[in-house]
Amino acid sequence: MKRFLETINVRELLQPLAQMILFSLGSGAVLSVIVILLALLLDQTAAGQFLLERNKVTILTYTLVNLPQVVLDGLTIGFVYAAIALGYTMVYGVLEFINFAHSEIFAVGAFVGVEFLILLKSFEIIPATSLFMSYLWLIAAILAAMFVAGLLAVSVERIAYRPLRGAPRLVPLISAIGVSFFLQDAIRLIESLTTGQFHRIIPSFGNFDERLVFSKIALGASTIELGIQVKSIIVIVAAMLMLIGLNYLVNATKVGRAIRAVAQDRSTASLMGIDVNRIISLTFLIGGTLGGAAGVLYALKFTRIDPFVGFFPGLKAFTAAVLGGIGNLTGALLGGIVLGMLETFAGAYMSAFTMGAAGAEYKDIFAFSILILVLIFRPHGLMGENVTQKA
Amino acid sequence: MSKTILKLDNVHSYYGRIHALKGISIEVNEGEIVTLIGANGAGKSTTLRTISGLIHPRQGSVTFEGQDISHTEPHLIVQRGLGHVPEGRGIFPKLTVRENLELGAFNLNDKAEMEHRIEQAFSLFPRLKERVTQKGGTLSGGEQQMLATARGMMLKPRVLMLDEPSMGLAPVLVELIFDIIKTMNEQGTTILLVEQNALMALSIAHRGYVLQTGQVVISDTAENLKKNETVQHAYLGVE
Repeated sequence: MKRFLETINVRELLQPLAQMILFSLGSGAVLSVIVILLALLLDQTAAGQFLLERNKVTILTYTLVNLPQVVLDGLTIGFVYAAIALGYTMVYGVLEFINFAHSEIFAVGAFVGVEFLILLKSFEIIPATSLFMSYLWLIAAILAAMFVAGLLAVSVERIAYRPLRGAPRLVPLISAIGVSFFLQDAIRLIESLTTGQFHRIIPSFGNFDERLVFSKIALGASTIELGIQVKSIIVIVAAMLMLIGLNYLVNATKVGRAIRAVAQDRSTASLMGIDVNRIISLTFLIGGTLGGAAGVLYALKFTRIDPFVGFFPGLKAFTAAVLGGIGNLTGALLGGIVLGMLETFAGAYMSAFTMGAAGAEYKDIFAFSILILVLIFRPHGLMGENVTQKA
Repeated sequence: MSKTILKLDNVHSYYGRIHALKGISIEVNEGEIVTLIGANGAGKSTTLRTISGLIHPRQGSVTFEGQDISHTEPHLIVQRGLGHVPEGRGIFPKLTVRENLELGAFNLNDKAEMEHRIEQAFSLFPRLKERVTQKGGTLSGGEQQMLATARGMMLKPRVLMLDEPSMGLAPVLVELIFDIIKTMNEQGTTILLVEQNALMALSIAHRGYVLQTGQVVISDTAENLKKNETVQHAYLGVE
């Protein structure tokens, strides 16, 4: 056991954990300060008067009451984005190619996980089971989704990208978009034929929908509730474990060294005796498994999925990868958390801050405006390096 | 006469539509240092790239230890013991010196042997030991060449191909690198050396080939090549 511990590079395990905590606390704190300042300011204006008259509550109180929930929701979706974003960024790092079919890999993962659980329900295995078994079944669903999504990602690369490796850059990109549509319709076809519908709802089981309340703080007439849904904890913990695992694989193992070598210089890597095609397949496998797991986590959190479920999370995760600096693993993590936070904050407060003129449905405009601003001032993303050094 | 370890027979290679090698035939015998000299664009680097499988010949054959490797993938060729230190050194800029060295023996799984080879590399190039945790991209040109050479030796190849090991180096360093190449050869590694600095190359080589626009124009022993008038005029700077 001791010898086993010695071979583990503890630093590579702790570093991403520290980064995640730093990014979460950092973005949460910055956005909280901004909304609190805005609330203080708006309370002096017509918007504040309006809300006070109508709901007998100041904007500041409203903001503070909702803040803990907003931060936690932001984190939850942020970690889902981060897990998907890693798939985009890994493939980009190695091939300098945007795998637009990744969002459908995510959707397939979600469907495999959900169908697996629905199947369990039809055999009446869930929900009538112990709490421990509920967790085991959920893990089984995630593993099944990872397995299928990983294999699918590898096959897509084999069939649709590898033959185009030497072609101009636009060609595999178009192929990826084609694969994306193909997979969407394939899910729709299979679901329609087998179940007669393609909106699926994850069965409710275990204690995942329960809400843990830690404490309540009185604030005038209202109370601030500090609590979190069990499924949000599951999403965050699962995503964290995957991100730490991936970081370890890439930075502290021999395979990871080979991945980094292929990313930096493919032909020299082959002169080192590295099978470049195998490493590329492996990259798609890793990205696919992460995406598949993220699909199940997404379904767990948002309950309902359809064949187009991958589109928005995929687009956002791609945005997160670009925001953080595409090709950079830490950047994808940061970008995911920041984007999740941003859009949740915008969704929660825009309506109150604008007297209902711009509701939560405009949150995406807000998130993407930030992306554009960041890219104007930092074209390589928050943590991206100068791409020019890589010929 | 020792046996032929590497043989190119009438090799034609293309870069896209450019006909870069027009029927090259070369033989390298076990234990030799063979050098390819010639002007820029003569096809020296393309020859090495064709041997190591980075490009495949459209015609002709490459034989290594009696087996045809014309269409073998590069990583499999390396695993057979044919190393290639590429032009421009091919250091991984974002990996540390140590990681670069470890990649040199990528398919070696014996940890003790790995450490042993790294120690050997450090004893040949003490400078690398000082830089062991530094990223490859932060090294000076000379240090990068040392790293590339040391990394090529990590494989313990039977044949090592070196592409322009003296490029951009101070004369002292060139001497050092060439001394090490010579020592490696004396310890049993067969060397195929591509060099701009023809005088230096011929001073350690046993035999040489002169390449011109993708063809072998002269092949002889190093001694004779040094005396050859054409070679003297074109590549040795003798008036």
